[in-house]
Amino acid sequence: MSITHDFIQEKLNNQFGDKILNWEESYGMLSATIQHDHNLKVLTFLHDEPSLGFQFLTDITGVHYPERKGEEIAVVYHVHNLKENVRLRLKIFVPIEKPDVYTATGLFSGANWMERETYDFFGVNFIGHPDLRRVLNVDEMDYFPLRKEYPLEDQTRIDKDDEMFGR
Amino acid sequence: MTAEQVNINLPEGSIEKKTTRLNLGPTHPATHGVFQNILEMDGERIIKAESTVGYIHRAFEKLAERRPLYQITTLTDRLNYCSAPLNNMGWHLTCEKLLGVKTPKRVDYLRVIIMELSRISDHLICNSIVGVDTGAYTGFLYVMQYRELIYEIYEEVCGSRLTTNMGRIGGFERNFSNTAFQKIEKFLEEFPIVWKEFENLFNRNRIFIERTAGTGAISAERALNYGFTGPNLRAAGVDYDVRVHTPYSSYEDFDFIIPVGKTGDNYDRFMVRNEEIWQSLSIIRQAYEKVQAFKGAEADVYHADSPEYYLPAKADVYTKMEALIYHFKIVMGETDIPVGEVYNCIEGGNGELGFYLISDGGRSPFRLHFRRPCFIYYQAYPEIIKDTMLSDAVVTLSSLNLIAGEMDA
Repeated sequence: MSITHDFIQEKLNNQFGDKILNWEESYGMLSATIQHDHNLKVLTFLHDEPSLGFQFLTDITGVHYPERKGEEIAVVYHVHNLKENVRLRLKIFVPIEKPDVYTATGLFSGANWMERETYDFFGVNFIGHPDLRRVLNVDEMDYFPLRKEYPLEDQTRIDKDDEMFGR
Repeated sequence: MTAEQVNINLPEGSIEKKTTRLNLGPTHPATHGVFQNILEMDGERIIKAESTVGYIHRAFEKLAERRPLYQITTLTDRLNYCSAPLNNMGWHLTCEKLLGVKTPKRVDYLRVIIMELSRISDHLICNSIVGVDTGAYTGFLYVMQYRELIYEIYEEVCGSRLTTNMGRIGGFERNFSNTAFQKIEKFLEEFPIVWKEFENLFNRNRIFIERTAGTGAISAERALNYGFTGPNLRAAGVDYDVRVHTPYSSYEDFDFIIPVGKTGDNYDRFMVRNEEIWQSLSIIRQAYEKVQAFKGAEADVYHADSPEYYLPAKADVYTKMEALIYHFKIVMGETDIPVGEVYNCIEGGNGELGFYLISDGGRSPFRLHFRRPCFIYYQAYPEIIKDTMLSDAVVTLSSLNLIAGEMDA
């Protein structure tokens, strides 16, 4: 028996009710938006509930939406039920001034560096993370580079004089 | 002259110190890439390891936010540079999923040939490097000439070798030449003999088995918890393969098996990769036959019919108005991509290579995230090498097939 999207929706809605803020389906993947302080509860439920069995964490990443006032930073989880081969995307939105999110490292060892990466680029503060340091960027960096307020350098600028690279 | 004995004055308390701190990397011949490990050693035994990565971080995700889709292909080359075409194809497939481009069967089969060739080149490097690290340099040098042949095939198909930038959204930039097919035939003919010899050198070699069996093991449960994918997960006994679970590029048309190991140690990883090379060879053979079966006009199809994203032929650009417009719009990257959010993954050389693409309808992605299998499973390294010998840790490092480019993005 394969798990259908309707079944997942029904299960999660029954368990969490209005804590699930939105459901959508894009390109064949079901996606749920959860109230931001319920991420760990939902992940644990998905992991432990035998009829769901989302025990494989594919990915954690962040997105910055500068227009969404009060919920600028999104943290996106991709979980996977390997037996039934069903994927699910979970999203939570947190304000940029206080991007506090519960860590999933207790549930998935693999979440450790994924969360460090998300912290590194978006500044998401994972509460309870054992070792929340930058992972790819230098430790001295004092900003979070994938946030939209840091644009890439203008490709057409001409005020630079670089002898080495000739531009 | 008489030698005078001098007492060495050790600093106070130093003889009491039981552990030594050893710095392995960032650049070290045995790490085959730029990673640093700070090891706490008790004699030759590792009691604690701390990994640092990011030395070649090149901000691909940020760069991708300004580039039109076709310019991002060059970034994907530089992820896992041992199997660049796999990354290219994964990226094209992601774009095609977002844009709704349907590729013809012949394109799928040609892609399968290229993807399996690059899987072979990836596994070939990994396994022969495991050989080098256990003291057998010969195998590495011997099989390297067949990686060279694979690179010649790439060259024939797309014009470059290592960072290939191969293909386009919708297909290939040109049809495979006869020389390309001849080289594929040559590869199919000669490589199995060479690979058999390579296997004869290692598979039952006592020195090799004693160096690899039982070292660097990880259980299936821990591997899943760490988010392992690809050969490293399969070596632990979990038969998860994206090609079978969610077939893309017509993999459902091919007959192959997923080899699995049992203990997840270095020897199983080596054997799983070996067997995958045989499976890949069989897939290439099947795909090659399917490609040869196309007759007439179908035999010349090498791209999808999607003028908005696929560059028109140069001759048409000079003579036809529409072609010129499309050419201009594509090259300048002025085609708006549809709004959407898509996660697409392929079975890369090291496991599930995923692309999470969010488009807000502009000319370039709003956000692009690469799920890099290396980055995810490398965090298990300190756990795997805990309480093992330093020399085993080096073998483990190469048998996990860590590619710094993929890890650091």
